[in-house]
Amino acid sequence: MSIITVNNLTKTFKTLTAVDDISFSVNEGEVFGFLGPNGAGKTTTINILCTLLSSTAGAASIAGNDCAQNPDEVRTAIGIIFQDTTLDTGLTAYENLKFHAYLYNLDRALTERRIDEMLNVVELQSRKHDLIKNFSGGMKRRLEIARGLLHYPRVLFLDEPTIGLDPQTRNTIWDFINTLRKKEKITVFMTTHYMEEAENCDRIAIMDHGRIIAMDTPGRLKEMVHGDVITLVTSDNELARMELQKTFGVEARVENGALSLEAEKGDELIPRLIHGLSVTTLSVGLKKPTLNDVFLRLTGRTIRDEGPRDNKEVTREFVRSHRRAQR
Amino acid sequence: MIQWRPVYVICLREFKKFFREKSRLLGTLARPVLWLFVVGNGMNSLIRPQAGFSYLQFIFPGMIGMTILFSSIFSSISIVWDREFGFMKEMLVAPISRLSIVIGKALSGTLLSVAQAIIILVLTPFLGIHLTLMQFMEVTAVSILVSFCITSMGILIAARLTSFDGFNIIMNFLVMPMFFLSGAMYPVSSMPPALRHLTHINPLTYGIDAFKHMLLKNGTPPLGPEFPLAVDLLIVAAVSVVMLSLAALSFRRKD
Repeated sequence: MSIITVNNLTKTFKTLTAVDDISFSVNEGEVFGFLGPNGAGKTTTINILCTLLSSTAGAASIAGNDCAQNPDEVRTAIGIIFQDTTLDTGLTAYENLKFHAYLYNLDRALTERRIDEMLNVVELQSRKHDLIKNFSGGMKRRLEIARGLLHYPRVLFLDEPTIGLDPQTRNTIWDFINTLRKKEKITVFMTTHYMEEAENCDRIAIMDHGRIIAMDTPGRLKEMVHGDVITLVTSDNELARMELQKTFGVEARVENGALSLEAEKGDELIPRLIHGLSVTTLSVGLKKPTLNDVFLRLTGRTIRDEGPRDNKEVTREFVRSHRRAQR
Repeated sequence: MIQWRPVYVICLREFKKFFREKSRLLGTLARPVLWLFVVGNGMNSLIRPQAGFSYLQFIFPGMIGMTILFSSIFSSISIVWDREFGFMKEMLVAPISRLSIVIGKALSGTLLSVAQAIIILVLTPFLGIHLTLMQFMEVTAVSILVSFCITSMGILIAARLTSFDGFNIIMNFLVMPMFFLSGAMYPVSSMPPALRHLTHINPLTYGIDAFKHMLLKNGTPPLGPEFPLAVDLLIVAAVSVVMLSLAALSFRRKD
């Protein structure tokens, strides 16, 4: 039974079409992921589903309630963990959770019971009365998840749940989400641009430029890439690419100074390639296909190319534009 | 439709945060005390008492108005903070009406302003101003109305403000002029006509005039109330309703 249904959803901001006629449904109890580069329309879709944005066309419904017509019913049925923290850092963990419980109209006794229950789940019971400003990034995330679950939502939205967290904390959060799934019958809808994270999903929709370009299980998506992925760096990549086409009949792509090609039995092809090419081979790599290879195959780009801009980049850009202005 | 539990918890949060940030309480109390002690006393020796009131006594209603003005604006600006730091989203995705959020913010801002106005009243004996219990009660009642009015105005501004950058502009081009053009420091009738017109469209003028009715009971213009009390109260109440409705409307808008 599907708990989220989206039909021909479109959202335009002035001239930009952020979400372009997408349709999909999510089954109850499923972990469903939106994978795609920044600006692909993932957060916009989440914001429409969470009733924060209205759609330009099409419809979305959660647990049988239309997101535009019955926003309050939808809001009661969902819990959301946003990309940026939405905790009040001037309050304690307990106060943040209590605030949430009152907004969702849990009665007083239930509020206390749920707060203790959730703090235990995220292992923050000992920090119950500490101010959030003294929490680490991982602790804040865990508390936000606890808060998102406090009213027992049927669908939990996670918008880039582990962005900006170190790999260790990222794993802890995922262990926790997986345990939670086993215990409660909860549907998880998440967005991410981390490949490894998307592997945790039952089903993935790959988004690019506001459209869903593929939707399936991670395993079957990876089958779209035929066999293994070989990467080659040679003294003349362009020449090598043409030779590969002529001699071996394989299509290779040049990206980031390396050739990449797909082959059924990559380990057997490599020795033949090195012998057969007239140019010198500098390095060879062989790997099983990842979701990034799927994205590459579908769009000709890697997700990382358009990954999140770090602060340094933003700062650099700012300095640049500032200098320009001064001239 | 207003849901009262969310309204209650929004108020509770504002109160907790207010009393946790000691600097904010100190700031709002220091300002009127400084004006009264330093400016008031300085001017007091230059200006002869008129109609039985000293200059210090004359500006006292204005000081209550100023306390309310600053604390109400600061309270409502918390909406901009909430938006900037994401907490507003927590409220916006909850199954509560936008009106409940606006009422919660308006109520907490009002109560915090009234509390501060009362603290100023308690300090009056140290300034040589003596209030009867009746005056105390009357001023408190009018404080509620004036605080509500200014807080609603602040919420309307905050709902439209997209970043902190706008905050300084609001302080310099709205809040400070509102204070100086309110009859707090000098009678409205003694102002040049151009400024007097601005004073007439300032809701704080009528709030402070109402305080003058309470505190300068036998005063006559210029050193006393300049409008009928009923007019004062009616204008403040009407402005409150308009501001709050507009604020609630601008909250409902989603793109």
